[in-house]
Amino acid sequence: MKSCLVVDDSKVVRMVARKILESLGFSVTEAADGVEALEACEAAMPEVVLLDWNMPRMSGLEFLIELRAKADVRQPSVVFCTTENDMDHIQRAIAAGADEYIMKPFDSDILESKFTQAGII
Amino acid sequence: MNPSDFQFVSQLLYKRSGLVLSEAKAYLLESRLGPIARSHDFKDITELAVALKGDPNGKLSEEVVDAMTTNESFFFRDQSPFDRFNDTVLPNLLKARAGTRKIRIWSAACSSGQEPYTLAMLLNERKAEMAGWNVEIVATDISQTILDKAKEGLYSQFEVQRGLPIRLLAKYFKQVGDRWQIDQGLRSQVRYKMFNLLDGFGSLGKFDVVFCRNVLIYFDQKTKTDILDRMAQIMPEDGYLYLGGAETVLGISDRFQLLPGQRGLYGLTDGAAPARKFGT
Ligand SMILES: C[S@@+](CC[C@H](N)C(=O)[O-])C[C@H]1O[C@@H](n2cnc3c(N)ncnc32)[C@H](O)[C@@H]1O
Repeated sequence: MKSCLVVDDSKVVRMVARKILESLGFSVTEAADGVEALEACEAAMPEVVLLDWNMPRMSGLEFLIELRAKADVRQPSVVFCTTENDMDHIQRAIAAGADEYIMKPFDSDILESKFTQAGII
Repeated sequence: MNPSDFQFVSQLLYKRSGLVLSEAKAYLLESRLGPIARSHDFKDITELAVALKGDPNGKLSEEVVDAMTTNESFFFRDQSPFDRFNDTVLPNLLKARAGTRKIRIWSAACSSGQEPYTLAMLLNERKAEMAGWNVEIVATDISQTILDKAKEGLYSQFEVQRGLPIRLLAKYFKQVGDRWQIDQGLRSQVRYKMFNLLDGFGSLGKFDVVFCRNVLIYFDQKTKTDILDRMAQIMPEDGYLYLGGAETVLGISDRFQLLPGQRGLYGLTDGAAPARKFGT
């Protein structure tokens, strides 16, 4: 079973994402911001990270930059999932090493399609 | 809508486009023809039917056909057909056509353009290798409305999120308000043309690859056979035919055979065995 860490400051979004991911056969863990997400990766590196952009304490982009800077770890696939839906954000995400990018609102079809493109499923 | 009007309109639709409408789909006729009736100031669909009877080959029946088409499409629809295009079909053709350096591709029911633009992006991703090649993408559909949308190349956020990798969105699209428009460069690589698959293919020339995906499902057996048999005639013996995920040639045409190990990808029966390059 593949593991996915859902990082979002909204409890509702985390719950919706968890439901979809579990139906796709993922084991899901959660974090509410970038700091928590880094701690979670420290404890157990997931195979996939579903990542919000705007969060308190540490943004998704800051988290991604720190994550990609880590040597000697197995790097997970990272899929942004955010309301930031403009080209500038998309390009910054790609430059920082994101594998895919979902613009909210999303549903199970979009999530599944994006995970397929990223070669995750 | 009374049964005789339904009969008349579904007959007209069948004759003009091959589209088959079962009686169970009468509601579809009602809901899609209502707006046409209103835009022409007809009282109801019965009045529209009367006008159609008076001029069954005119502009009005073209509008009816247009309204009855189903245009759903995605970029990279079903993914694997395009993976095979990229890793096998195109490399085979690059070898086989090294002499002429010319490849012609037909998207035979292109809808809003996702299929031909997917191909245009794949070709652009191999720009260096394709230098000096002349690849023509001809994209046709019976619906002028949907062709206009295809030419504009403007898609909603929803449309660009189903199937299109983000890297390609970032590379080939620009944001226009809350929508996304594909590059002028790519748009100019696709030649759009209104074309009815019931009409003779003679004017189109020959094609090395034909995408005829998710359109045969709307036709009856006789129409499918006719279209496939005629497609076989405009393909070189090492040509490739793509059908949609729910479509097959089995029991419909013996001119094509499934390529070994493939789904939805066909070569001509007894053709130049593109089959062997798929060796299973
Ligand atoms: C569901 S779309 C398929 C789009 C694309 N090929 C794909 O697979 O995503 C079917 C298209 O077939 C077109 N069509 C229906 N009857 C046709 C006919 N007789 N000749 C040409 N196109 C036709 C419709 O207008 C519609 O855009």
